[in-house]
Amino acid sequence: MVVFDKPHALADVPLHYCPGCTHGIVHRLVAEVIDELGIEGKTVGIAPVGCSVMAYDYFNCDMIEAAHGRAPAVATGVKRALPENIVFTYQGDGDLASIGMAETVHSAARNENITVIFINNAIYGMTGGQMAPTSLPGQVTQTSPYGRDVNHCGYPVKVCEMLSKLDGPEYLERVAVNNVKNVKAAKKAIKKAFQNQVEGKGFSLVEVVSSCPTNWGMTPKKALEWIDEKMIPYYPLGVYKDRTAESEGK
Amino acid sequence: MADKVLMKGNEAIAEAAIIAGCRHYFGYPITPQTEIAAYMAKRMPKIGGCFLQAESEIAAINMVYGVASTGHRVMTSSSSPGISLKGEGLSYLAGADLPSLIVNVQRGGPGLGGIQPSQSDYYQATKAGGHGDFRMIVLAPASVQEMADLTVKGFELADTYRMTSMILADGTMGQMMEPVSLDLDVKPAPEKPWATTGTNLEREHNIVNSLFLSPEKLEEENFKRYERYKYIEENEAMYEEYMMDDAEICIAAFGIAARVAKNAINEARAQGIKVGLIRPITLWPFPNAPFKKAAESVKQIISVELSMGQMIDDIKLASECRVPVTLCNRVGGMIPSPEQVLEAIIEANNGGAK
Amino acid sequence: MAKLTFKTDKCKGCGLCVDACPKQVLALAKDKINKKGHHPVEAVNEEACIGCAFCATMCPDCIIKVER
Repeated sequence: MVVFDKPHALADVPLHYCPGCTHGIVHRLVAEVIDELGIEGKTVGIAPVGCSVMAYDYFNCDMIEAAHGRAPAVATGVKRALPENIVFTYQGDGDLASIGMAETVHSAARNENITVIFINNAIYGMTGGQMAPTSLPGQVTQTSPYGRDVNHCGYPVKVCEMLSKLDGPEYLERVAVNNVKNVKAAKKAIKKAFQNQVEGKGFSLVEVVSSCPTNWGMTPKKALEWIDEKMIPYYPLGVYKDRTAESEGK
Repeated sequence: MADKVLMKGNEAIAEAAIIAGCRHYFGYPITPQTEIAAYMAKRMPKIGGCFLQAESEIAAINMVYGVASTGHRVMTSSSSPGISLKGEGLSYLAGADLPSLIVNVQRGGPGLGGIQPSQSDYYQATKAGGHGDFRMIVLAPASVQEMADLTVKGFELADTYRMTSMILADGTMGQMMEPVSLDLDVKPAPEKPWATTGTNLEREHNIVNSLFLSPEKLEEENFKRYERYKYIEENEAMYEEYMMDDAEICIAAFGIAARVAKNAINEARAQGIKVGLIRPITLWPFPNAPFKKAAESVKQIISVELSMGQMIDDIKLASECRVPVTLCNRVGGMIPSPEQVLEAIIEANNGGAK
Repeated sequence: MAKLTFKTDKCKGCGLCVDACPKQVLALAKDKINKKGHHPVEAVNEEACIGCAFCATMCPDCIIKVER
């Protein structure tokens, strides 16, 4: 009996990500969910600009490559044109929380019936490790070489907390992929975010606290530990909004 | 003969788009084109379409990108400063070979400029809509009827050539009311096997994309696109000639400027001056042929523009600088008067360009 | 006993699977280099495998198939 194998929705091609980069794990979780819900044939994914730009090659469903930060607007267009299809975006922190903040906030406010997978690894990966909107206070990056000075460049953006103040979104959860338990919880959240769309419930975003061993300057193992030590204390995991559960008094 | 209805130019665009099968409109409020959005907001919900006010022009053009990816006809409209914001999206639409219709009801610039009519986005529309090598089909209506006709044409050309069509109008054309026939001839849209509508597990996945990290591949994509552009240049240029048969002086003007120019030409003809008009209807592809031909017989070409002189460059290229090309213009929201154009004609008739 | 199959040439030698395994079944093959130039993972103690798929759960490159 096969206990574990590559999901069908994930293309059988080598991923270009660095060794130990957790993008690959999240890609697989998304693909597993697409398989389990039986929606590959009607799913349209939107890839961002950043490390995961080539996600369009990694999923077997139809894919669109969007301009930097604009994936939620593109997804809005696709979903409005194809309301019966399943539309998801896959975006990093620079894409979603910096240049695309307006698109993020307004698609959430509209309760656009899309699924957003948000990779928060606190750094710009593709361009070589610059400070992200989610870089931690004091975090050393290429553009914060003395550590992120909050008096100079402000504080990180906590996306789930911020969006949870809006009436619009259906479901917001922050998960991590730094150990088996968290990966399983992440999959559950991603599945719910897709299931919500299938059921027409609306905007569902899963923020995945992830690692970037290369640009953090750590081994893959150390990077996963750093998620526990530094990232999760600043970005607590959990459900930030679940309108259906709230309305059912759960 | 179909009944005509009295409509504003902006409304004619909106209704023509609906007739052309467009069921998705995204926009952001900006003067002087807001009637298009208002019209769509009223009409779309009643015909099963989608009007959505976006959070910005950037979001609007990316919603257009999304719908275009699915193969549906889609449009947005804006005015000059808003079109600048759409520049990123226009480039991505071009890079991904997606069809769409964009309306620019121009106002004076640069910067926030003013809200009165202008033609000063000619360069932007015909040469530099965004980064990278690309073109848009640019249609310049000069009547409310043409606002409607060219909207349909714009969708058809966009689908045929998988690119963006832009209606380049101005505040006057948008606000002007004229009788218009909406008995428009709409050809069926072509098949779009490239569209991302879901594989239905029956085909390889489609990818809408403008990223090509291999320079060889990106070069090839550009070459292929420009082969298409060359075909368009050879086959799709549209223009109107008015009293050019015996003309010794040629006026060049599009849109509202052409209407003013016609008045001046009629007056000049009454005074015995042999002057005619070439009115480009497509600004890209630019109608080179009539200007090349005119340069063999006229003694001067006068470009009448609501800009500091932008189309004049294309006229010089088309006429191969064989005759003087001069500018008669107003800017900042001002429109040349028929008297001003007549004066330029008389001056040309009396001794030509200085 | 569980069976592990690796797409060895896709392995990037990150070692996340090695750390995830509760039974110390896996190790990076220090004496081997795959097509990508990495020391790929291998099962050094497969008989201890319980088929929990923790390794595959943590593998970013989806190279592990687990059968039981």
